[in-house]
Amino acid sequence: MLNFSDLLPYTDVFLSGLMTTMELTVLTTALGVLVGTTCAAIRQYGNGTSQRTVAAYVELIRNTPFIVQLFFIFFGLPAVGLILTSWQASIIALTINLGAYSTEIIRAGLSNISKGQWEAAKVLGLNFRQTLLRVVFTPAFEKIYPALTSQCIIVMLGSAVLSQISVQDLTYAANLVQSRNFRAFESYVVTALMYLGLAMLMRYVFVLIGKRLFAFREAS
Amino acid sequence: MSLVKLDQVHKYYGDFHVLKGIDLNIKVGEVVSIIGKSGSGKSTLLRCINGLEAYQQGGIAVDDKEVTSEDIQVRRLALSVGMIFQSFNLFPHLTVGENIMLAPTIVLKKSKQEAEKTARAMLEKVGLGDKFDRYPEKLSGGQQQRVAIARALAMNPKVLLCDEITSALDPELVGDVLKVLEQLAAEGMTLILVTHEMNFARDVGDRVVFMHQGKVWEEGNSKKLLSEPQTEELKQFIGAVL
Repeated sequence: MLNFSDLLPYTDVFLSGLMTTMELTVLTTALGVLVGTTCAAIRQYGNGTSQRTVAAYVELIRNTPFIVQLFFIFFGLPAVGLILTSWQASIIALTINLGAYSTEIIRAGLSNISKGQWEAAKVLGLNFRQTLLRVVFTPAFEKIYPALTSQCIIVMLGSAVLSQISVQDLTYAANLVQSRNFRAFESYVVTALMYLGLAMLMRYVFVLIGKRLFAFREAS
Repeated sequence: MSLVKLDQVHKYYGDFHVLKGIDLNIKVGEVVSIIGKSGSGKSTLLRCINGLEAYQQGGIAVDDKEVTSEDIQVRRLALSVGMIFQSFNLFPHLTVGENIMLAPTIVLKKSKQEAEKTARAMLEKVGLGDKFDRYPEKLSGGQQQRVAIARALAMNPKVLLCDEITSALDPELVGDVLKVLEQLAAEGMTLILVTHEMNFARDVGDRVVFMHQGKVWEEGNSKKLLSEPQTEELKQFIGAVL
């Protein structure tokens, strides 16, 4: 017999888990995209050594499981004297993960910008930094915005793994509740719906931001 | 006195010798058309003048300052040499007004008000005073190219380089762009054009430079040169394009 009302006493646990997941997501999405943008610029325009360093980072992260990255940071690094709280380890793991995936996505956007745009900026006297910030970035991000949105959502969903190092996120809440009231089906259905809602909310927020940033597309 | 001076300029793409010792002197206010078959080096020549392409031997000077392709040099040069491209190269995410105001505000450090005033004046000049707030993609090719001209003019250049600026346009739009150039020529702007518009070269241009196989094959007064070509190659070229 299903009984969702058995979850009601745990409303606070779910809500607090939801808040934790949202906080982690907002913070690491911003940090991850920042890392990705920087690395993409280096990968696209940097010198040989810096390009290879970024390539190695991207390959390392994209070809290893997230949970191993997380465990290495949380359980492995203390062996070399770097002790992090589970919260700190989570922020770092999510950021470097999103950073690596978004590097490749953003780089695709940068490489899409024609040489003519760079030349036009150059003959108007803009330097590299001014060209990148004022001329290149907006159209580059516009091209890859849907892919970047999806990647950010994937990382948010992947944050469920953080419950394994006892970050009290939404999945942690679900585990806790079902271990108390043995309502596994109900707990995980509700949790899944919350993740679904969160993913849809995220997509919606990205669309709103995109409408502002890429107003020139709306107009044309 | 010469504004642009090329002295025995050689350029190679790897083993390919593109420019084989170009000498050219262009005076203030002169309108010079560079013509020739594709592959004759005419666009490369233009791109060497503002440092977009490096050259290996010889010397180029604009306004008595040496031209190299080093980044910092190119940016300094941008203050005196404007360039307009075949493919317009407007910035798609900026409105027409913002396109024109970008360089004056961040390179010349003009105030926004001042830059806007210049931008509006330049747009009037190219006949697009009502397009200030439009995005480039909403405009026709001819209009986009005129915005590109306005954008270059807003930097108050001493010479304007035009690299086949009507080649990507539908025939009915070419006239509007040429009319703007004609007006600039009449106002005394120094223009160096790589062009296939022979009528324009003849009627508006002062001088024609015919390039062939990386050399200045023949040059002279535009009307005379086009009506009485001396070399077989130029005769053939004129026969082919007219």
